[in-house]
Amino acid sequence: MRDPFRAICDDDLERRWIWISLIMAFVMGGLLGLYAVASNIHPPSNVETIDSTRLHLTEEFAEDNLGVKENTDGSMTVTMVAARYGFYPPVIEVPVNTPVKFRVASADVLHGFHVPFTNAATMVVPGYISEVNTAFPREGEYSFLCNEYCGLGHDSMWSRLVVVPKSAGTTAANSARGNNS
Amino acid sequence: MSYARAASLGLANMWVAFAAFAVAALLGLYQVVERIDLIPELKSPELYFGSVSTHGVLMGFVLTTFFIVGYGYYTATTSLKQEIWNRPVAWFGFWLSLVGVLLAAVPLLTGNASVLYTFYPPLMAHPAFYIGAALLVVGSWFWCLEMVMMYTIWKKAHRGEAVPLAMFGTTANAILWFCTSLGVALEVVFQLIPWSLGIIDTVDVGLARTLFSWTLHAIVYFWLFPAYIALYTLVPKAAGGRVFSDQMGRFAFIMLLVFAIPIAFHHLYMDPFQAAGWKFLHMTGTFMVAVPTLITGFTVIASLEVAGRLRGGKGLFGWIGALPWNNPLVLAAILSMLMLTFGGFGGMINASYSMNTMVHNTQWVTGHFHLIFAGTSVIMYFAIAYYLWPKMTGKALYSTRLANAQLWLWFVGMLILTLPWHQLGVAGQPRRISSTPYDESFVQSWLTSEMLMIVGGAILFTSALIMVYVLLKTHGVGQPADNLEVEYAESLHATARMPRLLNSFGFWVMLVVVYMLASYGYPIAQFFILETYGALPWSI
Repeated sequence: MRDPFRAICDDDLERRWIWISLIMAFVMGGLLGLYAVASNIHPPSNVETIDSTRLHLTEEFAEDNLGVKENTDGSMTVTMVAARYGFYPPVIEVPVNTPVKFRVASADVLHGFHVPFTNAATMVVPGYISEVNTAFPREGEYSFLCNEYCGLGHDSMWSRLVVVPKSAGTTAANSARGNNS
Repeated sequence: MSYARAASLGLANMWVAFAAFAVAALLGLYQVVERIDLIPELKSPELYFGSVSTHGVLMGFVLTTFFIVGYGYYTATTSLKQEIWNRPVAWFGFWLSLVGVLLAAVPLLTGNASVLYTFYPPLMAHPAFYIGAALLVVGSWFWCLEMVMMYTIWKKAHRGEAVPLAMFGTTANAILWFCTSLGVALEVVFQLIPWSLGIIDTVDVGLARTLFSWTLHAIVYFWLFPAYIALYTLVPKAAGGRVFSDQMGRFAFIMLLVFAIPIAFHHLYMDPFQAAGWKFLHMTGTFMVAVPTLITGFTVIASLEVAGRLRGGKGLFGWIGALPWNNPLVLAAILSMLMLTFGGFGGMINASYSMNTMVHNTQWVTGHFHLIFAGTSVIMYFAIAYYLWPKMTGKALYSTRLANAQLWLWFVGMLILTLPWHQLGVAGQPRRISSTPYDESFVQSWLTSEMLMIVGGAILFTSALIMVYVLLKTHGVGQPADNLEVEYAESLHATARMPRLLNSFGFWVMLVVVYMLASYGYPIAQFFILETYGALPWSI
């Protein structure tokens, strides 16, 4: 078959390099696509809107309802609000090796939500609800760091995540906020 | 020659660029020292974020736009051997942009626009900041018009001939910039300005971020373009050889034009409001836009090898030593491509649909774009200035040795600054922090890198001062230059007939429009279909 790049390029070496470049691009894109489909790895997308000025009037993000809840299938749902300059509730406890779904809304400006050394990360955008699905394979104390500039106090916006043994489980986690009976 | 009069336009634009650069370099040094709480007296979030905002605007918008516009005018007149299409329009654009910069400078320097150069609504800056930014962009559109007109006039007068590669690239960049700056223009004109003036109450942050992404990725190619143009058309000649393939240069420029804009959702990978399928579509395009860079790497290195062998270099690597390392253009080209290689590896991670999660909004990202932009692109701006200053002022370069020393310092300083910067990101440090009030374990693991970054920052600041000093001295007291011609490299492979598609833009612009509609059409339309809630303004 005639090389289609012959029309724009006379040099054999260079045409070979175009093909190598294209193949590299396809292989890299293809591998990421394969992982995305095969292992269900996707960036945190969730097209869901909310009125950030009225979070306290919603069922889900009202202050009393924030925190960790255990779902019937044993997985966890963590509801959090990001607001200048903290994450609420300020301490989250989840069991190790358990699927956790974070649902986070901003009460004011843009924030970032990142637990370093894990893949729990998302932007928190006023007007939208962010959702992150993950599980933490190692116990220990972690930090939520705000990683998007949100104002002059941005540096001090961080809070605590504790990943506890499975048995200690949900009771400790729920008591962080007290009233998830 | 009458077209040499473009020198005043070139010089005026480029002097604004490098004046902005000098101020921004000083701010950069302050920031790298302030951030780690080394000197408690320096600590001030107000000053720090005002400084970061000003540094970003000056480096990202002022240095780049004015440099590219000035270089574009000079390239157009010298490569086409043709007068500026309309001088009053060109000067009007220059003054409009300059007024915009001065207007935006007032709130920036008084701490009333510390919203960073990415704007970040619903943080609200003083309206003068948004209006100034809009004027800067609109002023640059007059340059886009000039470039397209000059290209068109030349083609009419030279039917069937290939447009000189330097001008082909410059026109591609002008079209690219116009198309990509529309995104931020829409955001600023329809959302931020009316909102900051109180005409509308809220902005939809999802829409604002989507529009900004339209500009945010391709703008880096707007910045990179002049570097590539110089690599293809000035460097091979300066090295004593020819450009390996003229057609590959055109092909790379066209690929950049087509693939740079509709792929920018890798900046929104972590944002909730765009569905994952769109992010995946943009990811595939992001990998395609690496192809023209890989092609450029090949062509430029091959051109340098041709030059090295013509100069008597033998063996597999002997040609490298035979290159004229004491020529600023050649030296900068080599250093630039080394930094591009390092930066390219990091870029692959950022571009990855999944791996990006680990580094998003950490210092890794800031390290990455300093390596690619301040390293790869800006070091070529220096070399282009060293090459063109004698042509534009008629005075010989003040000191080639000092110029080369400056380029080496920039390279070494940039590596010392950015490699630890990447490490900080992997070690979890968020970007855009003015202090580190975190767990001791974090802060301890960051300390060495932070110290190294100060060393890098100090070297870079020294290098920046030398750069401006050499240009000032050249312009002020330089001896008469002996060669005022801009010498463009000829192609190694003679082109019998240039394929039409490699000598025109009509088809490619239509392709950009179709590709944009496909990749941005619904993602923008959804904000008008969904029930969305705007955000109220917040002060910093």
